[in-house]
Amino acid sequence: MSLIITGAHVISPKENIDRKLTIYIKEGKIAALHDSDTDPKTIDKVAELFDATGLTVTPGLIDMHVHLREPGYEYKEDIASGARAAARGGFTSVVCMANTCPVNDNASVTRYIIDKAEKGACVNVFPVGAMTLGLDGKALSEYGDMKEAGAIALSDDGKPVMDALMTRRVMEYAKTFDMLCISHCEDATLAKGGAMNEGFTSTLLGLTGIPAAAEEVMIARDIIIAGLTGARLHIAHVSSAGALEIIKSAKARGVSVTCETAPHYFTLIDSDITDYDTNYKVNPPIRSDADRQTIITGVRDGTIDVIASDHAPHHADEKKVEFINAAFGISGIETMLPLTLKLVREDNLTMNDLVARLSEAPARILGLENKGVIREGADADLTLIDMDKKYTLCADDLRSKGKNSPFLGRELQGRATSVIVGGKKVDW
Amino acid sequence: MGLAIKHLLDVYSLSKEDVMYILDTADTFKDISTRDIKKVPTLRGKTVINLFFEPSTRTRTSFELAGKRLSADTINISASASSVTKGETLLDTLKNLEAMNPDAVVMRHLASGAAHFAAKHVNFAIINAGDGRHAHPTQALLDLMTIRDCKGKADGLKVTIVGDINRSRVARSNIHLLSKVGCDVSVCAPASMIPAGIEQLGVKVHYNIKDALDGADVVMMLRIQKERHGGNYFPTLREYSRYFSLNKETIKYAKEDVTVMHPGPINRGVEIASDIADSELSVILPQVTNGLAIRMALLFLLAGGSRQ
Repeated sequence: MSLIITGAHVISPKENIDRKLTIYIKEGKIAALHDSDTDPKTIDKVAELFDATGLTVTPGLIDMHVHLREPGYEYKEDIASGARAAARGGFTSVVCMANTCPVNDNASVTRYIIDKAEKGACVNVFPVGAMTLGLDGKALSEYGDMKEAGAIALSDDGKPVMDALMTRRVMEYAKTFDMLCISHCEDATLAKGGAMNEGFTSTLLGLTGIPAAAEEVMIARDIIIAGLTGARLHIAHVSSAGALEIIKSAKARGVSVTCETAPHYFTLIDSDITDYDTNYKVNPPIRSDADRQTIITGVRDGTIDVIASDHAPHHADEKKVEFINAAFGISGIETMLPLTLKLVREDNLTMNDLVARLSEAPARILGLENKGVIREGADADLTLIDMDKKYTLCADDLRSKGKNSPFLGRELQGRATSVIVGGKKVDW
Repeated sequence: MGLAIKHLLDVYSLSKEDVMYILDTADTFKDISTRDIKKVPTLRGKTVINLFFEPSTRTRTSFELAGKRLSADTINISASASSVTKGETLLDTLKNLEAMNPDAVVMRHLASGAAHFAAKHVNFAIINAGDGRHAHPTQALLDLMTIRDCKGKADGLKVTIVGDINRSRVARSNIHLLSKVGCDVSVCAPASMIPAGIEQLGVKVHYNIKDALDGADVVMMLRIQKERHGGNYFPTLREYSRYFSLNKETIKYAKEDVTVMHPGPINRGVEIASDIADSELSVILPQVTNGLAIRMALLFLLAGGSRQ
């Protein structure tokens, strides 16, 4: 089975590609790249032709931070529905966090996720193993075993490892197996009881605030312990200007640290939360406009390596309650590409850098050598984008079971028209 | 003429005209409670439900009497007696009440924003009787009414609010309302009880009660919640009282004719000394009397009352 994509503008910064090309795909790999005027018949007479005139083709986008909720919370999302949402959003690979029920803290749960993904997911699914048993921050889980079963990284995402000595052990043991540590940085004591960013808006609304300091002190601690242990550290969902400053100085000192932010942190600000709309409730919380501006700067200058959605689907019942009782999280994978394209349209990001943040860097950080790039021999994971497509986001349009998006009703521009995973066009 | 609002959720969405209209209406209701027969037929045939998810004596009694003196059928639901203990959501509780067609629901809830949430989902009038730390609009209105009674005006007065500003809905609603009518508002508390960015509301922040009271026309003391002392906001009630209470020493810094207010219930000897609470400067009990009139006015205006 082979496929030839013609007429598209192809972007792959790693290969310095930014022009019209014809892509020849065979047996799940990119078999060859040809000049756009090459007659497809001369490449492969029996290949299926895909006319992508007017579209932009990038290496398949990789979301390195999603919650697929399976096993245990299938009423919020399952692996198949989350994968469809990913594909609809333009993503060909997702990295799913361990806070399922049971927690993915042992090889049998890892294998279960991989097995379910092989049977029902239309995109590549890479599970993350828990740093500690039950995400309790008290005892190491079996990293070697989970890695063999297919775990791509380690994280207690959703809960911080509060104990500093435990964090040291996590990083040392992760280093033993050369596994990436993805850290959810939040000092639980400073954040306790909080429902939104601490600031003037939380004071107005009478909601307990989560200060940016809760995030920043843990980032500082984890970076220091990464320096001590030599582990590879990736900071999840960076939301504040202060956090970025700490990461920037650590990078300058040569600490092995990378980080990600999510589109809501460069799109929304805390004063947008009027009328207690629980779709804006997320952790870390949406911060001030000064934070948002700094996050944009970080995305542009590369201090922020990756944009990831922190896709956190919830059931409507978990959001249709008092703000303090509502679940944290945004169903975000289907709005990530248009919100990032907005940065490009506003001249805050080049298209090359968009591809770097959404594909190349995640592939590099996760060690996915044949992804994040369009070149001969690479995996045939591709995203086809209509840059001009305008549409109004509505709940029915979302493939995710979670309709908890603060962007419902907003006009978005730019959208994936199809994705190709392992050489095959995906149905969503 | 009527109000521009359908619900009373907070004070910042009230126009100055609405505020004055509510106060003037309350003035006209005040004498009903002093008559021999304390009842008028204004809300006959209307149903008012007091839905209280937090314990309250004063506010609930005040609303209940307000409804009854206007002839509304008034019932009380308190959290412990309701379905909440069976795990019913707030939305389901409200929808069940809606199915019984009340005209107004007076709601107190521990979650900030609960009244806004309710108003989005129901077809009857919601009167916020306190939501978390967010708002307590009827308290602020009765406080303003009391200040107007004492001073004849509010514009240009210096008002100092002392106590747990961070966790106080009374403080928030008063800051909004008193600033709206031209008062110069200061707050005073240990820094652990001052919420982020409060200066942006136009208030001055003091950590020293003597500075805070300097030249004050009105002082509002907030209750220190002895039962919720957890959280290490200050070391002991003793030390709190030493630095932040209103007593015959500290009151000297205010104007001689300062009006002393407190939303109640008071902790004698903690935030306010007994001799001050019982002095001629204190309007703590007139506040309660005005509270009843304010609530009668709001039920009348929002539950569809008629003067005929």
